[in-house]
Amino acid sequence: MSEPHREVVLRTTQLEAGYTPGVPILRGANVIVHAGEIVTVLGPNGAGKSTLIKTIAGLVPVFGGKVELMGRDITGIKPHRMVTEGIGYVPQVNNVFAKLTVEENLEMGAYTRKTGVAERIEATYALFPDLARLRHLPAGKLSGGQRQMVAFGRALMVEPKLLMLDEPSAGLSPKLVGMVFENVQQVRDSGVTILMVEQNAKAGLMISDRGYVLAEGREQIEDRADALLKNPEVGELYLGSKGGLL
Amino acid sequence: MIGWISYIVFFLILASIYAIMALGLNLQWGYTGLFNIGIVGFFAVGAYTFSILATPDQVGHLGGYNWPFLLALLGAMVMSGIVALIVGVPTLRLRDDYLAIATIGIAVSIQLIANNLSWLTGGPQGIYNIPQPLANYFSSNLGYNLFFLGMMMFILVLVYVGLERMVNSPWGRVLMAIREDETAAGSVGKNAFSYRLQSFVIGAVLMGLSGALYASFIKYISPTLFMPILTFQVWAMLIVGGSGSNLGAIVGAVLVWALWTGSGTVVQWLLPADIQVKGGAIQIIVIGLVLMLALLFRPRGLLGERKEVAAEETKSKISNIQ
Amino acid sequence: MFGQYLADGIILGSTLALGAIGLTLTYNILNFANFAHGSLLTWGAYFAWIIVVAFGGVQGATFGPLSFGWPLVVALLFTAVMTSILAIIVDWLVFRILRKTNIQVSLVIASFGASLLLRNLVVVIFGPEPQYYSENIQIAREIFPGVRVTPDQIFVVCLSIILVILLHLFMTRTKLGKAMRATADNTSLAQVTGININNIVRWTWIVGASLAAVAGVFFGLTVQILPEMGFNLLLFLFAAAILGGVGSIYGAILGGMVIGIAADLSVLFISPAYKPAVAFTLMILVLLIRPSGILGEKTR
Repeated sequence: MSEPHREVVLRTTQLEAGYTPGVPILRGANVIVHAGEIVTVLGPNGAGKSTLIKTIAGLVPVFGGKVELMGRDITGIKPHRMVTEGIGYVPQVNNVFAKLTVEENLEMGAYTRKTGVAERIEATYALFPDLARLRHLPAGKLSGGQRQMVAFGRALMVEPKLLMLDEPSAGLSPKLVGMVFENVQQVRDSGVTILMVEQNAKAGLMISDRGYVLAEGREQIEDRADALLKNPEVGELYLGSKGGLL
Repeated sequence: MIGWISYIVFFLILASIYAIMALGLNLQWGYTGLFNIGIVGFFAVGAYTFSILATPDQVGHLGGYNWPFLLALLGAMVMSGIVALIVGVPTLRLRDDYLAIATIGIAVSIQLIANNLSWLTGGPQGIYNIPQPLANYFSSNLGYNLFFLGMMMFILVLVYVGLERMVNSPWGRVLMAIREDETAAGSVGKNAFSYRLQSFVIGAVLMGLSGALYASFIKYISPTLFMPILTFQVWAMLIVGGSGSNLGAIVGAVLVWALWTGSGTVVQWLLPADIQVKGGAIQIIVIGLVLMLALLFRPRGLLGERKEVAAEETKSKISNIQ
Repeated sequence: MFGQYLADGIILGSTLALGAIGLTLTYNILNFANFAHGSLLTWGAYFAWIIVVAFGGVQGATFGPLSFGWPLVVALLFTAVMTSILAIIVDWLVFRILRKTNIQVSLVIASFGASLLLRNLVVVIFGPEPQYYSENIQIAREIFPGVRVTPDQIFVVCLSIILVILLHLFMTRTKLGKAMRATADNTSLAQVTGININNIVRWTWIVGASLAAVAGVFFGLTVQILPEMGFNLLLFLFAAAILGGVGSIYGAILGGMVIGIAADLSVLFISPAYKPAVAFTLMILVLLIRPSGILGEKTR
């Protein structure tokens, strides 16, 4: 199913994690992301989708298992070290510094960078031309879609090997959802590997290469995105019909 | 021997006065999570109100009402409750530390009034000749103090039983539910505010009662008796005894008051006369250290409710950072 | 009289603004009301006093009409460093441990305890009597009709303005300053952005404590140095921070000015003894009408 000739960027092995000792939310999750892929993690509420991403980011205590990035063990890393290891993370909510300007948001994204900050900022403006125009506005004053661009841009400032997105379409209007997913594709085309968690299964899978369905803290189904879209089990999960998402 | 007994009686009377304050604070903090660091303000309101209502006519301050003991006690409690309403209404809807700031503000303001509003409070001279209940029936000081101690024990038991029944009633369970879960409290909305306000006012009323009893026992009050250190002592009592436990509040009151008077004696005994003025400061440092150590190493206190700590695990923004 | 009280209010307001900035910074980034902040002002004043006394015998020369000379300049730098160290030590000994245990509100009680400890340590070490930086008598000059101020008071206002500008530049032009603002704005996002929060916490203490120390020196210069000074100012500082909107530096400056001026103007109507009560009343009114303060955002 997966493409073995591609380099593995992220691999979690039997990952167990949770907020309270003895109450694991992840119960042995195995997820692989290859270079250049967009991988979407689906699943019902409470399946542990967000917890998966947060655990990789070092925000949730790990009880067992392993997280490897480019073959390096980064299990239980301190959150602020994650960036230097090469992971960009866009939380679902509050994912911009609302009181800082767009440009300052990007600068903060480059906090761990020693050089090339100005070039990265220009590259981000090239990727999201809207932001160049808004650079001196506080991020909190922007629209939902624009804020999502700032959040992506911020996370991309360090040129991460892996970008993790936590429900990037949450709370956006259908029109904006399309725009955000276009942005996601754009980012991937610029050479970044992407792991995202999505409620909007159809839109998420449409732009993905592969997907996982997570339930009860571990992956239940793993397949190519187009196969998942036709999978009746997935359809049942999301639409209550057996016809698949397409 | 008599000396010792009368000292112990004296000590226990003051300890039980403090215990009533600690119980009031326990209702506010231990059961409701309300953060009052202006205890001394409510105590002072109780003491002054009682004194003004109960004293015979004399120069220097408002007074001459000659109210009977119990009625004056009631007046003091009502007045403390009103002050609690004034502080509580604007702040209890906001984040917890706003109440803390407002209570310290009211305590400072009350001290200013005590010091400066002479026609009301007697100013720095204070109020004297504060009547004691049934004082005429006793010939010896020790005899009267024994009676007063008996009365204090009665009041303390009354307060204790009353509080125990309250916190174990449905009302008390709602309080604890609010304390446990801010978001649940939020979803109850106005109702949660009303519960918090009730708890705050009742706690303040107890502090006022304590102040009134103190004034009556000491017979003389002045602004210097109502310093912020008193608030701190009561907090030390509750934290050491264990917040969330009424028995803990009483035990803590006795222990910390013993530590306070004991360290006072030791300091007086050790320090040469010329630096006695620093004695009070050293005492405060001792109590401060005890409180800090209790907070750091035994945050549940001696008899604290086990859930207490978990209850306060509010989402401190950066709590997961060392 | 109005002009004179207004001038007095601006002088008090300058001191309060500096103190309130530190309070609002720690409030915002460490997320608790630090009742020990007043003690930082007190210790700041005394650290500076040590230096002034140590130099005092040797160097009596003063800057023109000011009551002090080089020693106070050295003292200002010294006290900023020492007060920062003191704040970091207290944080390390007490607050850091309590942050770990996750009991947010016990931080406030601990800070209340720390404030009493620190205040009484001052009494034990320096004694309860008031101290002064200089025995020189300052002659107040008339700068406007009916408004008399001393050169020291003008110095206090000017240096406050300079410090506020420097702080503004620090917060908006430097990487560290921006990271502090980012952390205050959204701590968890700052963390995943790669900002080392422990480092930010340390710098928050350094900035807050340094400004508190200078505010303490200002108060000592224009009023007197007393063990209770910080505690007495605490209510003003909280009132200023809340009035301006907790978390807003500019709000704290504005709040400090408003509270300072209001407290001094109140003297036209009531006894000066009630100044803290005036600050308190203003604070309660703000909490009733606009709990988020003038420049703040919603609090709950």
